[in-house]
Amino acid sequence: MSKPIIATASLAGCFGCHMSILDIDDRLLELIELVEFNKSPIDDIKKFTKKCDIGLIEGGCCNSENVHVLKEFRENCKILISVGECAIMGGLPAIRNGIPLRECFEEAYLNGPTVVGNEEKIIPNDPELPMILDKVFPCHEIVKIDYFLPGCPPRADLIWDALVALLNGDEMKLPYEVVKFD
Amino acid sequence: MSQYVRFTIDKTECMAIKGQYIVEAAKENGIYIPTLCNYPGVKPKGGCRICTVKVNGKLMTSCTTPVAEGMTIENDIPDIRELRKAIVELLFVEGNHFCPACEKSGNCELQALAYRFQVMAPRFPFQFPLRRVDASHPKIIKEQNRCILCKRCIRAIKDEKGRSIFAYRRRSSRVEVVVDSKLGKQLTDELAQKAMDVCPVGSILVKEKGYITPIGQRKYDKMPIGSDIENMQVNKI
Repeated sequence: MSKPIIATASLAGCFGCHMSILDIDDRLLELIELVEFNKSPIDDIKKFTKKCDIGLIEGGCCNSENVHVLKEFRENCKILISVGECAIMGGLPAIRNGIPLRECFEEAYLNGPTVVGNEEKIIPNDPELPMILDKVFPCHEIVKIDYFLPGCPPRADLIWDALVALLNGDEMKLPYEVVKFD
Repeated sequence: MSQYVRFTIDKTECMAIKGQYIVEAAKENGIYIPTLCNYPGVKPKGGCRICTVKVNGKLMTSCTTPVAEGMTIENDIPDIRELRKAIVELLFVEGNHFCPACEKSGNCELQALAYRFQVMAPRFPFQFPLRRVDASHPKIIKEQNRCILCKRCIRAIKDEKGRSIFAYRRRSSRVEVVVDSKLGKQLTDELAQKAMDVCPVGSILVKEKGYITPIGQRKYDKMPIGSDIENMQVNKI
């Protein structure tokens, strides 16, 4: 039997959840024996080369590219997992949700205390850039998500336990200490 | 012995003083009924409905219902558990609860209940309401994004004449809890700290007191909410 295939992506996240995946430490060696990685920042494969079994999504959707990638993951992965608070509820990027988009842009590119050298007062709007959404959306409000691993980041043990349970077809143990929202 | 009544909670024989509220009576019998708007020593409100139980088959809030002789109370049953979980999820989507950035994370009762009911993601769509942070008071910050309108602060924090220092403002979906503009001046350091402790979420914060307890030592880091009651030594009847 061929190895199960995992894909991962970071949407509107900080890569902290990917760092937490690496935080399983020496179990990484065990993991690469058990599974194969496809599209993921971990192995730098940019495009899906085959159908995957498990997709791990970090971060919510704040722009059109995030939505595109998320939909691509849904098409290519049998099981999709929201990893971390941003994927589950928008997380810190979603703090902007109550603020009008124009106000956010003006703060970021025109009026903010760290803005330097934007004499022409330009808010970036090149057609190459992904369109920013009016709000940051949790992943499960865009596509169907099968499982959720909360945490900021989810504890490495939680990610490990989830992957092991999925690979073995077991029910997941959820010890109290590892399921946290912060 | 006539001031005592006998009743059952989930088929466990219990005994309590007549007239005691179910939630208190259960606690004395080592049974945890989750609460949120209820606070020991403060007149119960029955607002959040987390403490809902079935009394003789009928749904009642256990913080406002006194125990009576022969009551059959159902607490830890699947449909009640599901109801409570749904209430917690509703509270999460109704406000802006960004746990990773909250000073009260780890000490928050709403979060602790979500842990207890294993809320992995709310089933309801997030509302992301537009709310403001009110930091105008010299001692405290009122973080409206996190307020669940439980009224605990209004009911528990009073000045020496018994007047509430916190108050409701506006109505319906726009209602919010604010510091009374006149009585707010009487908020001592002690009362401010008490207000922060009374608040079940991170909506009342004493300035310069956030993140004071390290991760791992906070109230609900190791043990679920209610486990202190469940692990209590009770003299069985």
